Amino acid sequence: MKYAVIDKGELGRWFDSLKEKGKIYGPKKKENAFVFRQVKEFEEMSLLYTPTILPPKKYYFPQKEFLFKFKIDPFSTGKAIKEFEEFILFGVHTCDIAGIQCMDVVFNEKPADPNYLNRKEKMTIIGIECMDYCDKYASCAAVGTHVYKGGYDIMLTDIGDSYAMHINSEKGENLVAGKKYIREMTEADREKFNKAFEEKLKKFHNEFEGELKEVDESFDKGFSSPVWKDVGDRCVGCTNCTAVCPTCYCFDVVDEVSLNLNDGSRYRVWNYCQMDDFAKVATGEDFRQGRDARQRHRYFRKFKYSVQKYNKYFCTGCGRCTRTCMAKISLVETVNSLLAERRGK
Amino acid sequence: MNHTDQAFQEILKTSPYKPMKAKVVRAHKYTEHEKFFRIELDGKKELGHAPGQFVQVSLFGQGEAPISICSSPTQKGSFDLTVRRIPGGVMTPAIHALEAGSVLGIRGPFGNAFPLDKMHGNNILIVAGGLGIVPLRSLINYILDKRKDFGEVQILLGCKTPKDMLFGDEVAQWQKRADIKFNCTVDKADPDWKGNVGLITSLIPGVTLSPKQTYAVVVGPPIMYKFVIGELLKKGIPEHQIVVSLERKMKCGLGKCGHCQIRSVYVCQCGPVFTFEQLKEMEGECHEGECHVKA
Repeated sequence: MKYAVIDKGELGRWFDSLKEKGKIYGPKKKENAFVFRQVKEFEEMSLLYTPTILPPKKYYFPQKEFLFKFKIDPFSTGKAIKEFEEFILFGVHTCDIAGIQCMDVVFNEKPADPNYLNRKEKMTIIGIECMDYCDKYASCAAVGTHVYKGGYDIMLTDIGDSYAMHINSEKGENLVAGKKYIREMTEADREKFNKAFEEKLKKFHNEFEGELKEVDESFDKGFSSPVWKDVGDRCVGCTNCTAVCPTCYCFDVVDEVSLNLNDGSRYRVWNYCQMDDFAKVATGEDFRQGRDARQRHRYFRKFKYSVQKYNKYFCTGCGRCTRTCMAKISLVETVNSLLAERRGK
Repeated sequence: MNHTDQAFQEILKTSPYKPMKAKVVRAHKYTEHEKFFRIELDGKKELGHAPGQFVQVSLFGQGEAPISICSSPTQKGSFDLTVRRIPGGVMTPAIHALEAGSVLGIRGPFGNAFPLDKMHGNNILIVAGGLGIVPLRSLINYILDKRKDFGEVQILLGCKTPKDMLFGDEVAQWQKRADIKFNCTVDKADPDWKGNVGLITSLIPGVTLSPKQTYAVVVGPPIMYKFVIGELLKKGIPEHQIVVSLERKMKCGLGKCGHCQIRSVYVCQCGPVFTFEQLKEMEGECHEGECHVKA
């Protein structure tokens, strides 16, 4: 929509003005890592951060989401949709915004998901652009999420002593309207902005040893690749990779009954295709046996099935799966192995 | 989706996770492990299903289980389920504890259905192995109620032993009808058994339906598909006219939760009914029996 500029010294003041809109969640340092947490004071936040342990997914697709209350006898169900509160995600990386865009597609597809859509309606996203790599695990340039491509209300870009603000929605406009310390972007600002972007692009390079088109082909041909056996042999089945992924949305539905054994609630909870009983049915038949098949499924869900189903890559290049893997399985290495194998043939 | 339109506002207000209240009106055991339930939705509302679809049976405090509907939509005011009890399981023993008068929750119907539109006017060959007769009973009773809409109809039924046979009362009726052919076989006979003994595949060479005008609908355990589909192809039935129903762990029924996924396909929405032509595209993620044909 339009660009504005705010001096770095004024960002805290703007942050304070956002508090009246709802709770604000942002990146905070926690021991040797970063996490999204509720932020009450601007100073609590670390805007220069490596991707948080969990993506902000927990706020729009909670790990445990209430569905409805029930009574066993007499059979009854309570109101299914609660009122959700307005909230703001502050300082979201472009990779995680890409993750939200993926989730949007999934939960908007019919039959649409009211829990997700309701939360999303109440969510405001203020992004922050990464001007350099966060660490060696990211592969955002390979999937093109190192630059912003919509999906936010306001995007902040560091242009030296100030931030450029790309205002991308009516919600975003309302957050800057009437603030005297936020100014229209001048020619000089725009030059700085363009320069910063140029400098940034010099720092990023395709982390995969081939273009996405080739990656796509290598997945087409790579279903029976020995790469999966290698990955499966190393995988310990801890499910960390799927727990931290911004585009993993598999879940289970569980009941919890209160102490009177008659009242209870039904929830949906995150569930992971890396669990050994994920595709096992009551009769004992397991339709996805082996860690190799389960790891392959995870990769195919990011690079092939999502493309077939939604015309979108579901890898955002955030690097979390690699960062968290206890067996040091690297997404970039796996993709590169597939590419190498394809070329070898 | 336009977030201001009325349809969207409606989605925001209702939850697809909330089951409808229903009541068991009849329950009886067919075998040691399989129990039949006739179910009415609250207010005798119609479920509105098509043959081949399933529901989620919801028992508060226990959870949900995907169960095939085994009655024809021509049966009004109620629908039927038949459930095998899995020892050590959570849901199936809980469902088996239901008796006439018990209240339960129902979500659905879910999934696609047998391709009735395409099947109309054609010959129908039904191949049911083991529990496969459960979803197929819905189709068989539908065809019998709309008999003139279909060509020749032949039913092949296979069970482990005569004692394992489901819907025995109805099977006896099917056997007597002049407008369908019915053959049954058991893997292992008992002294009273007078019919065929042997695998269900042994019945296929005797099928006389003209293959190009025949839709074969096959439901049974994964391993059965491997052999039956091979025999059907040998008969000359085209791949897109061989129809199967797949078992998977459907959890949400909404194409979201991921449990029933085969490659990019969510079985709960795009299935459980597929043609063999479609199965071949899912190769590698299918059960070995489902898409590797034994020719």
